[in-house]
Amino acid sequence: MTPLARKRLTRIALNGAGVLVFLFAIFPVYWMVSTSFKANDQIFTTDFIPFPTHFTFEHVTKVLTDGVAGNSIWVYMRNSAVVALGTVLVGSLFALLAATAVARFRFKGRTSFLITLLVVQMIPCEALLIPLFLNVRRLGLYDQLLGLIVIQVGLTLPFGIWMLRTFVAAVPRSLEEAAWIDGATRFTTFWKVLFPLVAPGLVATSIFSFITAWNDLIFALVLMKDTAGYTMPVALQFFFGQRGTDWGAIMATSTLMTLPVIAFFLVVQRRMVSGLVAGAVKG
Amino acid sequence: MTNTPTLARGGAGTSAPRRRRGPRRGRRGGLPPWALPYLLLVPGIVVIAGLLLYPMIQMFVMSFQNINLRVIRGVAEPEWVGLDNYTQVFGNDVFWSSLRNTVVFAAVTVTLTLAVGTAVGVLLQRLGRGMSTFVVIGIMCAWAVPPVAQGTIWRWLFDAEAGIINWALNLLPDGLSTLVLGRADWTGEPWLNDAWSVYVVLVLTVVWASFPFVAVSVLAGLKGIPAELYEAARVDGAGAWHTFRKITVPLLRPVFAVLTVLSIIWDFKVFSQLYVLLNGPTNREAFNLSLFSFAEAFKAPPKMGTGAAIAVVLTVILLLVTAVYTRQMVKQEDLT
Repeated sequence: MTPLARKRLTRIALNGAGVLVFLFAIFPVYWMVSTSFKANDQIFTTDFIPFPTHFTFEHVTKVLTDGVAGNSIWVYMRNSAVVALGTVLVGSLFALLAATAVARFRFKGRTSFLITLLVVQMIPCEALLIPLFLNVRRLGLYDQLLGLIVIQVGLTLPFGIWMLRTFVAAVPRSLEEAAWIDGATRFTTFWKVLFPLVAPGLVATSIFSFITAWNDLIFALVLMKDTAGYTMPVALQFFFGQRGTDWGAIMATSTLMTLPVIAFFLVVQRRMVSGLVAGAVKG
Repeated sequence: MTNTPTLARGGAGTSAPRRRRGPRRGRRGGLPPWALPYLLLVPGIVVIAGLLLYPMIQMFVMSFQNINLRVIRGVAEPEWVGLDNYTQVFGNDVFWSSLRNTVVFAAVTVTLTLAVGTAVGVLLQRLGRGMSTFVVIGIMCAWAVPPVAQGTIWRWLFDAEAGIINWALNLLPDGLSTLVLGRADWTGEPWLNDAWSVYVVLVLTVVWASFPFVAVSVLAGLKGIPAELYEAARVDGAGAWHTFRKITVPLLRPVFAVLTVLSIIWDFKVFSQLYVLLNGPTNREAFNLSLFSFAEAFKAPPKMGTGAAIAVVLTVILLLVTAVYTRQMVKQEDLT
C-alpha cells in the first residue's frame, strides 16, 4: 500500500468513527423529537419507523392545551422559567460581587473562603434536602416558587463564584487603575470598566445556573405541593401515572424541556469546559 | 474615561467634592479600603453559610434524632435517639444493596465514561476542522439533555413493547442471539423490572450523557500540548500507542485527575435518571443511597432522621473520595 493510499484510508476510518460517535450521541435526542411528531400508530409498533411519515402536531398541541395533572405544560414551563431566571438574577449578582472580592483583593480569610467554596461543592445536594425542606417549611416558603429560588441560589453560587473569578482575574488591573487615576469612583470603575469586560463570563455563569435550576427534580419534588406550582421535571413524572404510557405526549414534553438547554449549551460550550476544569487544562 | 459619568453614576448623594478626595479612599465616607472585599463577600457568605454549611450541620444533628410527622408539622420537638438511626440503617438489607449499587454503578460508569470520553477526545483532535465541529455539536446535544429527560428518553428506548432496543436485538440472527444472550425473541422484554437490568440501562444513560464533557475537556487539554513533542516522537519512530502512553497520558494527568473526581461526584449521587427509570422510589432492590435516603425521608411514614443518617454516610464517602480532588485543585490554583 502506498503511503498516500494509507493516509486516505486512515482519514476514512477516522471520519467513519466520527460519524459513529455523532450518531450514538444524537440518536436518542433525535428519537425523542421524532417520537413527539409521530402519530400513535407509528409510536406503538414493534417496527422501526425512522421518520414520522404521518407527521402530526397532535402531541404538542395536547400537552400545551390539556397538559398533565390538571394544568397546561405552559404553566410548568413558566414555573421552571421563573425559578431559573430568579436564580440567575440573584445568583449572578452575588457571584459577581464575591468573585470581584477574591480576584481583585488580597485579604485575610481569602484562602479559607476559596477552600470552603471547593469543599461545599462536594456536598451532595441530595444530602441537604431534608434540612432544607424543614427550614423552608419553617420560613413559610413551602409550596412557593420563591423557596425554590432561594435554594437554587445556594446550590449554584459556589460554582458560580469559582467560575467567575477566573474571568475577573483575566481583566487587566491596569484598566481599572487608569480609571481610578482619571478620578472615577470605585463604583464607576466597577460598572464602567470591569463589568463590560466580565460580561461574557457572567453570561456563561448565568447559563450554567439557569440550566442547573431548570433541570432540578428533587427539590421541586418535595417543596411544591400544589400542582399549579410544579416545574417541568416534576410535571413530566405525572405522565407515567396514567393508564398506559402516552409516549407521544411524554416525548413532546421532554422536547419542550430540552430544546432551551441545548440552545444555551451550544452558545457557551467552550466556557463551560474552561470553567469546570479551570486550572487543570493549563498544562 | 471622563468625569461626567463618574458624577452621573456616582450614586445617590455623591457630589463633586467627594471626587476630589482621591481614588484610593473608600467611596462612602468612613469605609476603610480593607473592608471593601468583606463587604462584597457578605451576600455570598450569608448564602453559603445559611443554605449549605448550616443545613450540613443540621443534617448531622438530625441523624441522631427521631423526626416524624409530628415534628415536621411543628407540634412536637425532635427526640434525641443517639445512634438508633445508624443501627437501624446498618441493620437494613436495603442499605447494603443501595451501597453496593451506588459503588458498583459509580465504578463502572466512571471507568466507561473516562474511557469513551478520552477515546472520543483523541479522535476529535485527529479529525479535520469541519468534521470535528460536526461531532462536537452532536455530542453537545447529548450532554445538554436534562437528567429527567435523559431518563425518560432511555426508558422509551428500552420500552418492553415498542422500544427500539428490543427491535434492534430482534434483528440479530436468532442463532447468535440465543448463543450469546440466551434468547432470540426480545419483544416484551421488561428491562426496567429487575435491579440489574435497570442498572444496565442507567449505566448506558449516564455514560451517554457524560462522555461528551470528558471528550471536550480532553480535547482542550490535547490542544495545549505542543505539537513539537509529537513531531519529535514521530521522528524517533514511536508508534501511536507509545506516543499516547508516553506523551499524552503524563501531560494530561492533571486533567484526568479533575475529570475522574468530578465524574465520581456526579455518578455517586445520580438521582433524577434513576428516579425516572424506576418510576419513583418503588423497587427497593434497585435503590442507590440518594434514592434510599429520599425514600426513607419522604415516603409515608416520613423518617427524616433515618434519611439524614443515610445522607451522612453518602456525604462522608464522597468527602473522603474527593479530598484528593480538593488537594489537587488547591495545589494547582495557587490560592494563596
